[in-house]
Amino acid sequence: MSGETPVIRLDRLTKIYGQGDAAVVALDGVSLEVPPGQFLAVMGHSGSGKSTLMNLLGFLDSPTDGKYWFQGVDVSTLDADQRALIRRQFVGFVFQGFHLLPRLSALENVEVPLIYQRVPAPERRRRALEALEALGLGDRVRHVPTKLSGGQQQRVAIARALVVRPSLLLADEPTGNLDSARSIEIMEILSDLNRRQGITVVLVTHEPDMALWAERIVEFRDGRILSDRRNDRRTA
Amino acid sequence: MIRQSIWMALREILLNPLRSSLTMLGMVIGVASVVALVSLGQGTTAQVTAEISRMGRNLVMVFPGSGPRRAGAVSDAPPFEMADVQALERVPDVVSLAPVSSTSRPVIYGNRNITTQVTGSSDAFLQVREYALDSGRGFEESDLAGARPVCLLGYQTRQDLFGDQDPLGETIRVGRLACEVIGTLASKGQSQSGMDQDSLVLMPLTTVQRRVVGNTWIGSMFLKVAEDADSARVMDEVQAILRERRRIQAGAEDNFTVRDTREIAAAFTSASTALTALLGAIAAVSLLVGGIGIMNILLVSVTERTREIGLRMALGARAREVLLQFLIESVVISLLGGLIGILLGVLGSLAASGWMQIPWIVRPETLMMAFGVAAAIGVVFGILPARKAARLEPIEALRHE
Ligand SMILES: Nc1ncnc2c1ncn2[C@@H]1O[C@H](COP(=O)(O)OP(=O)(O)O)[C@@H](O)[C@H]1O
Ligand SMILES: [Mg+2]
Repeated sequence: MSGETPVIRLDRLTKIYGQGDAAVVALDGVSLEVPPGQFLAVMGHSGSGKSTLMNLLGFLDSPTDGKYWFQGVDVSTLDADQRALIRRQFVGFVFQGFHLLPRLSALENVEVPLIYQRVPAPERRRRALEALEALGLGDRVRHVPTKLSGGQQQRVAIARALVVRPSLLLADEPTGNLDSARSIEIMEILSDLNRRQGITVVLVTHEPDMALWAERIVEFRDGRILSDRRNDRRTA
Repeated sequence: MIRQSIWMALREILLNPLRSSLTMLGMVIGVASVVALVSLGQGTTAQVTAEISRMGRNLVMVFPGSGPRRAGAVSDAPPFEMADVQALERVPDVVSLAPVSSTSRPVIYGNRNITTQVTGSSDAFLQVREYALDSGRGFEESDLAGARPVCLLGYQTRQDLFGDQDPLGETIRVGRLACEVIGTLASKGQSQSGMDQDSLVLMPLTTVQRRVVGNTWIGSMFLKVAEDADSARVMDEVQAILRERRRIQAGAEDNFTVRDTREIAAAFTSASTALTALLGAIAAVSLLVGGIGIMNILLVSVTERTREIGLRMALGARAREVLLQFLIESVVISLLGGLIGILLGVLGSLAASGWMQIPWIVRPETLMMAFGVAAAIGVVFGILPARKAARLEPIEALRHE
């Protein structure tokens, strides 16, 4: 691990929403390093700053203070277009609410990030199909999201995040809207991606069972890191 | 990317058929008006041009009273005299002048009997009015000097009286006068203004005056102006000479009319000018309304789809790609409206040109222009909503409910 550039390096990262009396310190000087290929779980109560962290990690938002190096690049030096380019190439998102485009089929949803990468249509189609098949959705490619179950929708969302072959996968409560059987399916997929393809995974969850799938668990409280430990009882 | 955006746009349009068609309505009406406008304008121009060349180019007409009269109709204003003709012939740039005495008479050959226009003039008439001889000969000095009973037949009159038979040398009766056919005229075609220029019997001026109508009046004069001359100047000069000769007091109105062919043709098409103005106003207003309608709907759409925009940004879309998507959507809507408008405009102009009796002209350039106008409106009115979408912060857009 030594010598390798961390995928994520945070130095006293701070995010404050609002101003004056209404100011909310969502992240309070968080420093963290995530080496390539790590499966990290971020835990904490609601309002502890987990989603804020994820948005900053995906450059969807800018920190109020502190620094963030993504694969050794200081993100604060990048403009919006450059952040979009890095995001489309290296970062995949999975959200609690799935966030699929309602009017597009499963296949078309998975194709969207490839469209922005200017991947030619035949290759785009092939890769999107592959990703869906890998997640056991080969027979659902023409379905629109409303015709799919929650677990299936989340698998489409994962396929969409994977299809660009990201180096970092950010999953914010991906199982929050699913029952336990579906949740285990999703965790198996994430764990498998991490082990087989070496994708760095940052998983936000408030369920201890889900966090046990990760090799490292960071716990947040009030925008600060409360604990940071290796997980010795990792779920296989 | 662009193809995808077009697909997305079409999908959005199909998803809200009612909203989309209402949005397009302004464009449809606007573009249809533009197409009909240009098409009818070109038809009118073609008709005026044809009208002018039928009557004769560089032609100035002079009538007693306030306008041209039907043959034989009586004007309160005094007719012209031979001395007027001689005075006007001296006006610079008047190449030739044909004095006319015209009436309507029954014309008989064998058992065929028609009533048609009988025109007395000099040999200058053919040149000034641009009639071509089809067969036979024109008038000679002696025909005029002797008021001889000879005549030329217009194309239609010849058909009516003789059919396929050769009329040269035959004798017809014009009123009570027996008259020899010495020539025939080539067809000038039907004039839309109602001046049927192929139905006439042309005789020497003196013959009509002395032996048909029985007076020495000159009912009208046709002047051919030199090719490069300023016909307005010639007309002013003609007016001044006639006012003096007819002793019209300063300040009093003319008791005659001087017109050139352009004015006369324009008078026949003044109805279509009014229609052109109306269509122009409709086109301008509905294109503006259509553009604003598109802008309005897209602004609503941007708000409705804020989460989608945020998600697309999270998936790697740059601001310019979001901008492009909405711009394309705007252009697709306006082009669809434009296409329907072109179709309606073409059909409308077909109907209107039939009704107005003008040629139906639809040029490819007109359709391309209409298409271009629609595209331009799509871009112009799409910019504001597209920029609104592109300026969204990814995280704000994603959080949007
Ligand atoms: N856009 C925002 N504006 C103001 N306050 C916010 C905003 N987003 C989050 N917060 C506040 O920041 C804190 C952390 O929120 P969040 O990161 O969503 O926590 P978690 O995901 O752990 O539940 C909370 O107190 C929340 O109310
Ligand atoms: Mg959260």
